[in-house]
Amino acid sequence: MSANAPKPRTSPSRAFDIRMVIALLFAIYGIVLTVMGAFGSAEHIEQSAGVNMNLWSGLGMLAFAVLMGGWALIRPLKVPTDTDTDTGTGPGH
Amino acid sequence: MIALAQDPLRLDASAIDYVLLAVYFAFVLGIGFLARRSISSSLDFFLSGRALPAWVTGLAFIAANLGAIEIIGMSANGAMYGMPTMHYFWIGAVPAMLFLGLVMMPFYYGSKVRSVPEFMLRRFGTAAHLVNGISFALAQILIAGVNLFLLATIVDALLGWPLWVSLLVAAAIVLSYTALGGLSAAIYNEVLQFFVIVAALLPLTLVGLHRVGGWSGLVEEVTNSPDGAEHLSAWPGNALTGFGSSFLSVLGIVFGLGFVLAFGYWTTNFVEVQRAMASKSMSAAMRTPIIGAFPKLFIPFLVVIPGMIAGVSVSEMVALQAGENPGVDYNDAILLLMRDLLPNGLLGVALAGLLASFMAGMAANLSSFNTVFTYDIWQAYIVKGRPDSYYLNMGRWVTVGATLGAVGTAFIASGYSNLMDYLQQLFSFFNAPLFATFILGMYWKRMTPAAGWSGLVSGTLAAVLVFLANTFGVIELSGQGASFVGAGAAFVVDIVVSVVVTMFTRPKPDSELVGLVHSLTPRESRRAETTGEDAGWYRRPWVLALIAGVLVVALNIIFF
Repeated sequence: MSANAPKPRTSPSRAFDIRMVIALLFAIYGIVLTVMGAFGSAEHIEQSAGVNMNLWSGLGMLAFAVLMGGWALIRPLKVPTDTDTDTGTGPGH
Repeated sequence: MIALAQDPLRLDASAIDYVLLAVYFAFVLGIGFLARRSISSSLDFFLSGRALPAWVTGLAFIAANLGAIEIIGMSANGAMYGMPTMHYFWIGAVPAMLFLGLVMMPFYYGSKVRSVPEFMLRRFGTAAHLVNGISFALAQILIAGVNLFLLATIVDALLGWPLWVSLLVAAAIVLSYTALGGLSAAIYNEVLQFFVIVAALLPLTLVGLHRVGGWSGLVEEVTNSPDGAEHLSAWPGNALTGFGSSFLSVLGIVFGLGFVLAFGYWTTNFVEVQRAMASKSMSAAMRTPIIGAFPKLFIPFLVVIPGMIAGVSVSEMVALQAGENPGVDYNDAILLLMRDLLPNGLLGVALAGLLASFMAGMAANLSSFNTVFTYDIWQAYIVKGRPDSYYLNMGRWVTVGATLGAVGTAFIASGYSNLMDYLQQLFSFFNAPLFATFILGMYWKRMTPAAGWSGLVSGTLAAVLVFLANTFGVIELSGQGASFVGAGAAFVVDIVVSVVVTMFTRPKPDSELVGLVHSLTPRESRRAETTGEDAGWYRRPWVLALIAGVLVVALNIIFF
């Protein structure tokens, strides 16, 4: 990157924030697993060496979803709309 | 490699597991569509417009490597050899990744090339470019076939779908998101997949440890198993290397695995390097492999430790260790542990994580094949000078062709009994000579264009000769030993031929080598910015690399 690159402009419309996608997926997983753990059969708990794995993993995933989502909200994405990308030049230039 | 017996491995997946799996695939395809909206040029498609932050490219860097071989193979090694398996991560990856970030990345990113073969073109001219482009494209299709085959085998074993159906379904899903969203979609999916794999493996490891009575319980159980004591210390790892002498074993691990194979793989493998090239500044590009080194340090705890737990707690594995024949092999270790421990629900998440990681390996092969084929072969030598939109569209069709090619090579791969040997063979043919040419070309400005291509060709031929000699019984080496000797031979022959040819041919003028050769590149252009979004001590590549280096040493001491 050259020292005198133009100051990047930002455009929220093009922004695609992977952190929100991660948060959403883990929120869904977290809710499903927590519910399954809370209302699951004792057989499942016995299978997992006496630990309610669905419940604890579900709660962990929910916490992770909150962290990721919170990060995305506190530090929103700024996408540079564009500087001088060298498109269209073939190799050897 | 994975000769899976059907019955012991069939997981008891229920409707809810399939729903969680389906949710994951909806997200994967959704990312493909969303990423597509932001694609307007071929640079966007092939290099994500060089706009990604370092933590994204760093995680993708690691996730692209966290495929079937890593999860299945390394947990199998954990069950079989125990702690020495850690060397594949701590010695065999992290130092090379730090070297890539600090030393090589300034040249890759700073010269604004779009692929590793393009770097060869600028440094050595067309002959070396064509040799490297073709050999790389060939290697990627072969490796994509291995990944696809493993993926389909596991779908077949877990869900009971016929191999060819799993093969086509898996290929179709990988194809749709890479063709839609290009590299961005592949990279974003790798990041998502990284977290899902951790979400699947972390609870498995913790509950596994709980079941065997915590860390002290595991140590006790492993000590009581056959050859147990050796499983608990990482050094000298005789069982892993196959050397009788401990001195040779340490030498083999440090120089063989740690230097020739690891540096050859991590520093020239465009599948990995491409992820760093997609980042948004020199600093971010340098940080990409260094950030990736941190998860790489700790992934073995989620792969090797479950393997060791399976080795002492899963009944079939215990029988296998005792020399019986329970109808499974070491490759099944982590799947059997999942079968024993995971309840429905979490099992669905684990299935999503596993399938995702196996597809990621293939998607990474496809997206790098794409870039190299379109830019370095098609645009450079076959159809020149068309508008950018032509090559962007071309890239999508190349993905389709490559996927079909991978289905073909998957059938070739299915004929090999040990895929790890096959892969190591490929690395010795393609990566070892490339690394030699790179290092020499980067530090020795006199090295000539003729030396560039002749070194590559003769290095590859040397590795092929070692392979043939071993195949036809001229020399007697075990599977992995042969590829190690092959890689060493390729490296040495490449250097010798390059030096000799350089003595008799004309070098390129200095003016054409600025930014490509160490001594001709001003310090300023090799240094990362420390202002704006790259400010702060925690964004300095050197500081991060130092922390990672200290951690490697500390982990080796703790698990000595």
